Amino acid sequence: MKRLYADLHLCPNLKDSEQVVCMTRKASELGYHLIAMSLPSNFPGEKIQQLRNICKEAKVDFASRVDLKPRTPKELINSLRKLRRRFEIIAVMYESKHVARQAAKDRRVDLLNFPLTSFRKRFFDKAEAELASNSLASFEIDIKPLLTLEGPARIRLLSSLRREAAIAKAFHVPIVVSSGASNELLMRKPREPAALTSLFDLDEASAIEAVSKNPLAIVKRNREKLSPNFVAPGIRIIRGGKDC
Amino acid sequence: MLKRMRRRYLALKIDSNETFSSRDFMDAVWNAVLKLYGEYGASRSGLTLIDYDAEKGFAVIHTMHTTVEMVRAALASITKIRDKPAAIHVLTISGTIRALYKKIQQ
Repeated sequence: MKRLYADLHLCPNLKDSEQVVCMTRKASELGYHLIAMSLPSNFPGEKIQQLRNICKEAKVDFASRVDLKPRTPKELINSLRKLRRRFEIIAVMYESKHVARQAAKDRRVDLLNFPLTSFRKRFFDKAEAELASNSLASFEIDIKPLLTLEGPARIRLLSSLRREAAIAKAFHVPIVVSSGASNELLMRKPREPAALTSLFDLDEASAIEAVSKNPLAIVKRNREKLSPNFVAPGIRIIRGGKDC
Repeated sequence: MLKRMRRRYLALKIDSNETFSSRDFMDAVWNAVLKLYGEYGASRSGLTLIDYDAEKGFAVIHTMHTTVEMVRAALASITKIRDKPAAIHVLTISGTIRALYKKIQQ
């Protein structure tokens, strides 16, 4: 069976519709089956539908994603309560360790994303990984900083990623590799981000899963939950009406 | 006995609004390999330009089969050629030039 690939983190300028269309077409050309764009939390539903139509024209599946940057655990819980049923993917970017811990243990969070340039705010340690492994959160790595940084900054980033990828693997936390691309020229074919992960010692099989199986599993699980027929994990309505 | 070195041929697409000479292109590739893997890594890659079409943005290079993933990562890390924004995508990889061109035609 042909492997399907996904990029869960495209960051086009949503006000520039031409760029959105170009990046969507490019994703389809490069061989992606599914893409997700980072949307603001107050993004209207009609516009999400417009994005879905653009992706449909380009023959690529679309998933809505919101990036939360809460300052306190309480703010995170409130945002999750408001937004979980509106977006297919919820990613959390941290400001503090308390928020990181809360996000890792909350089953409504899909992706844990860390500021790739401020090394003091990278809280993905063993405790964080253990909490994440008991919930449903995956560890997300953006490729963009690996392409744009140079010299000591990239060396430091690779060193952090090597440690964090090893921790994630040890605690069976799924790793998701995304592009984080803000323009077409930062987008790569699915096998290329997978090759770049060898820089922080991720083996080939895990790297391929990080751009295919793991992101697709998140979207599949959430779509199932967001469907009106969903009751609880493993339970869903198959048929309704008087004849049941 | 000396082991025969197996090669892999890579067909590449250069994605940019500009056109570049083969020299600019190879400079960018070598710089990327050097930055990521150093001189030792670059010496193991055995990179050679086989074919280059500046107008179509198409190139064929060969490398050792042991360093294919290394070269793929280095190519993916290229964001500029001659200080102009660009990206390089691997179209296909093959063990012989003939099979490579056949795959591209398909």
